[in-house]
Amino acid sequence: MTTTLHTAAPHTAPRTNLVTDTLTVFTRELRPVLRDPFSVIFTMVQPLFFLALFAPLLPGDTSLQWFVPGIVVMSCLFGTSSTGSNLLYEMQTGSHERMLVSPLRRPALIIGRAVKEIVPMIAQTVLLVIVTIPFGFTLNVAGAAIGLVILAIFCVGLGALSYTLALASKDQEWMFWGVQQTLLFPLLLLAGMMLPIDNGPAWLQTMAKFNPLTYVVDAERQLFNGTIASGTVLAGLVAAIAMAVVGLLVGTRAMRKA
Amino acid sequence: MNSSVVAMTGAMIETNGLTRHFTVRNETVEAVRELDLRVEAGEMVALLGPNGAGKSTTLRMLTTLLAPTSGTARVAGFDVATEQREVRSRIGYIGQGNGAGHSQRGRDELISQGRAYGMSASAARTRAAELIESLDLTAVADRVVSKLSGGQRRRLDIAMGLIHAPALLFLDEPSTGLDPQNRANLQEHIQRLRAEHGTTIVLTTHYLDEADSLAERVIVIDHGRMIADGSPARLKAEHAGDRIILTFDTPQHARQVTDHHALGIAEGATVKQSGAQVVIEVDGGARIAPKLLRGLDDALIDVAGVEVIRPTLDDVFLTLTGRSLREDVSLKEKKA
Repeated sequence: MTTTLHTAAPHTAPRTNLVTDTLTVFTRELRPVLRDPFSVIFTMVQPLFFLALFAPLLPGDTSLQWFVPGIVVMSCLFGTSSTGSNLLYEMQTGSHERMLVSPLRRPALIIGRAVKEIVPMIAQTVLLVIVTIPFGFTLNVAGAAIGLVILAIFCVGLGALSYTLALASKDQEWMFWGVQQTLLFPLLLLAGMMLPIDNGPAWLQTMAKFNPLTYVVDAERQLFNGTIASGTVLAGLVAAIAMAVVGLLVGTRAMRKA
Repeated sequence: MNSSVVAMTGAMIETNGLTRHFTVRNETVEAVRELDLRVEAGEMVALLGPNGAGKSTTLRMLTTLLAPTSGTARVAGFDVATEQREVRSRIGYIGQGNGAGHSQRGRDELISQGRAYGMSASAARTRAAELIESLDLTAVADRVVSKLSGGQRRRLDIAMGLIHAPALLFLDEPSTGLDPQNRANLQEHIQRLRAEHGTTIVLTTHYLDEADSLAERVIVIDHGRMIADGSPARLKAEHAGDRIILTFDTPQHARQVTDHHALGIAEGATVKQSGAQVVIEVDGGARIAPKLLRGLDDALIDVAGVEVIRPTLDDVFLTLTGRSLREDVSLKEKKA
């Protein structure tokens, strides 16, 4: 056995800042995903089922053009909203505590994690689109690229909120899943992801207006179909940015208290 | 190492009236009360006490995980409440859980830990490789952490805590859940760290033998208060004497002894008789026992057996609190 538990190097003041700290957390979070890419596909199983079993029920020839962008957002929603469970698990095993004792800045612990959500989201979107093209889905590449940017921003906010929920749930795993599931489906249905809400009752339409997801879904539909310069797209971008700002503010606050 | 830091205050750890309250169902629980503690550079200190005594709360305050309700603590030269990042970058911490994420690989985690402490990517890689080798993790370092055995994971935890070669290392219940072999192995690593690098080590434990064999200084904590502080030998000498246990053929014989002059040899002793046994609590039991036996022999009292028992830290705890630490531990382990 060698005797190198310590190096002789004296303590040096860490040359870190918020950006390097965030990068450290981001890289750490991303590593298991890269090492095991199939984990990304796992959270896609449900959206794929919706695509296969629900899309054929929709009337008209344009159903895929209408439905696929919604499923893309849904896939992002499923994956990202449950990502806090990773943190929940690390809070139970002790690695979160270890990171809290390290000099990593608190905001980096949530920003790095939230930003990482973009990577599986993009992988899932690409996969979903590839799967649907043989069935007649046509894609506007420039529009879809902008759509991904909006979705990425939205993901960061949603991811941050999911991690915040994990921090708030502490040891109570049921609370995390209870809140996540309770919020997930109303948000999803009220955004008109599965069925159009244009023909719904007034109260439902009013509720949909307060759902930031509605604007993101509407924007994605227009973008994937080639409409780029529109008020709907702008509204989607604004909703996504608002989500990111709120998510990161709330998340950073929660992490500072952790 | 870190001599400049230590020179500033003269102590690695210095607390003044360190206190932490918790509110549980509108009731205030005083987890740590008015703790005044000073640990010099290079010391090896064990915080000993039953579960819920306030050991971990103390450690959590010293490692910046928990804000003190009142009082102050300076660790590695900086205030835990106002200079958290300065403290954090100078201490190592090995908690009760696993520092490495279960879905990660050990080597990856060591490198990211190095990055967290401001090391360059190449320095972190080199340092990770060093620690993997010296902690016997070469065969498992590139496996997913959840696949490692308990002992391997614990060694990885130690490696994580040492990545930045801290001058002060905290360990919270380091050997809980380990089998005796892994526990011995862990103690060996801790001792080596101390001997070779002069690392200041503060650990909490409820294992008496661990505190006894590992630490040069034991701080006994009960109900959030420090009730004793000293080397194991000094604590035993001050708070618990040796016990000479004499066994006789019949209770009558034993009773005969309790008021016999032969006991005059053991001056200042407390003598208790129960059944055919007489227990004499006295300092320097090993020295006194032979004389005592000769005295009893002269008086023609037959002794069937004799045993001299050295005090343990449990006896110290028993004297100080009236409770046995061992009972508390076995009770807790039964529950778990």
